[in-house]
Amino acid sequence: MTGKKYSFSNIVLGFGLMFLYLPMFILVIYSFNASRLVTVWAGFSIRWYGELFRDRQLVDAVITSLEIAVSSATSAVILGTMAAYLLNRYGRFRGRTLFSSMITAPLVMPDVIIGLSLLLMFVSLSTSIGWPEDRGMLTIWIAHVTFCTAYTTIVISSRLREMDISIEEAAMDLGASPLKTLFVITLPTISPALVSAWLLSFTLSLDDLVISSFVAGPGSTTLPMVVFSSVRLGVSPKVNALATLIIFCVSLAAFVSWWMARRADRNQRAAYQMMGRDQ
Amino acid sequence: MNLSKLLSPDWREWRSEFGRRTVIGIPFIWMLLFFLIPFVIVLKISFAYTEIAIPPYSSLFEYADEALTIVLHLGNYIWLADDPLYLSAYFGSVEIAFFGTLFCLAVGYPMAYAMARAPKQWQSALLVAVLLPSWTSFLIRIYAWMGILRNNGLLNNLLLWMGVIDQPLQILNTNVAVYIGIVYAYLPFMVLPIYSNLVKLDNSLLEAAQDLGTRPLECFFKITLPLSRNGIIAGSMLVFIPAVGEVVIPQLLGGPETLMIGKILWQEFFNNRDWPVASALAIVMLLVLLIPIMIFNHARLREMEERS
Repeated sequence: MTGKKYSFSNIVLGFGLMFLYLPMFILVIYSFNASRLVTVWAGFSIRWYGELFRDRQLVDAVITSLEIAVSSATSAVILGTMAAYLLNRYGRFRGRTLFSSMITAPLVMPDVIIGLSLLLMFVSLSTSIGWPEDRGMLTIWIAHVTFCTAYTTIVISSRLREMDISIEEAAMDLGASPLKTLFVITLPTISPALVSAWLLSFTLSLDDLVISSFVAGPGSTTLPMVVFSSVRLGVSPKVNALATLIIFCVSLAAFVSWWMARRADRNQRAAYQMMGRDQ
Repeated sequence: MNLSKLLSPDWREWRSEFGRRTVIGIPFIWMLLFFLIPFVIVLKISFAYTEIAIPPYSSLFEYADEALTIVLHLGNYIWLADDPLYLSAYFGSVEIAFFGTLFCLAVGYPMAYAMARAPKQWQSALLVAVLLPSWTSFLIRIYAWMGILRNNGLLNNLLLWMGVIDQPLQILNTNVAVYIGIVYAYLPFMVLPIYSNLVKLDNSLLEAAQDLGTRPLECFFKITLPLSRNGIIAGSMLVFIPAVGEVVIPQLLGGPETLMIGKILWQEFFNNRDWPVASALAIVMLLVLLIPIMIFNHARLREMEERS
């Protein structure tokens, strides 16, 4: 059964991978096109990359996005570690079912619903208790932490489940406090999962358009919002150049995440963890 | 509790109890506050009147003359039911998501099958190859198709050059482009759960069946397919549910004929600034998605039980 090289499924796999990569490949090639017309090839040039860095609005948006991504990834990892600990080490407690469905629901919930509900929440809060005064980086951060936590919890949970619980028990038997056990035993053991979870949240936060558009205020424009408004006007070589840079950075982050997870346990779970899907 | 224990409390125990409560409390309260309660607020505002004010909706509760009046305005829902635009947008979304899921399954299942059958040392690399695109910006991936599908885009130029067509085909801004976008964006989410299900499949079952003279195709339909059911369900829900609420794909690749509820909600909110109607749209969308979400949760829980 494994012998057939040109079976139907292998051919579909080949075409499927081509289908996944070809569009991005074309995008990368055309970002080096000298012509302003996107369809005509007029020789190799990196002028669009130069124009990219001169675009003040774009550079500002990149900085805003990076700040939000770093802070929400960090917070989501902390919150996700707590949630994963809660789901794996605490046995049954009141509201466990409610909690685990609240944690997994953002994985499939459409972005428009999450975005709208959070915005209405912020508006209601600010009219009733006066906080948050303005919508901006803070509200985007809260929104991103909320949906990233769903992913980090699953990545960290799957690692925590595999970990040998007897090491923790041994440490506690020898007199280590729960907190010390956490910092000396548990966290170092699951650190590869923490890194993957951080990188995953980082890319998710960097990529989010819909939720950010709802909860953002004036003066807090993120990169996807700038890209979206220029993309709606059509294809432009500058966006191609930007896309190429994004593809490059993300591939690098994904590779690092995969490599870290793979080094930790050399089996295929590593790759699932990368996606935050523990199946 | 006896008095001596009360007078000299065991600090260590108290601290561990405190730690326990913190670990339970913080994530729980966070999710409650920023995930669950917002839905209640959406529900509340879907019963409000639209007003030209900040915020642009009326309050449900009125306290005057020692009487609390609660006004539930059903007009938004009646408005949704009356206007055929919204109804066809819901049907359009479900239809596009349904067929998009089927296409994903048709492409994703053979891919996952081939990956699970590939030599062990290749599997990890293949998996990363399938997942890597889903890490890349969603917006950028959809944008890439805009360049390919345009009237004077790459695909049309290629087809013209090959002589297949005489005139450029209108693909961008049609439902065909939306389907391409959905399959392209969500394919990894279909492949992954099916693959992880297939790779666990006990090969001895297939060998036994073949030894007993079952043909390979029959083996597949009687053993492999039923055993990968959980993977198929999980993958389909991971595609179907977000596809129903999709905003970016219909806006960038779709045209005027593409009626999808995510796009309508977005326009209702950002262009018309009608928050109560947008809330009512979200509530109805949530109701439409309730059963698929429950199926997804159920499949996930079963999968987790099987593993432990």
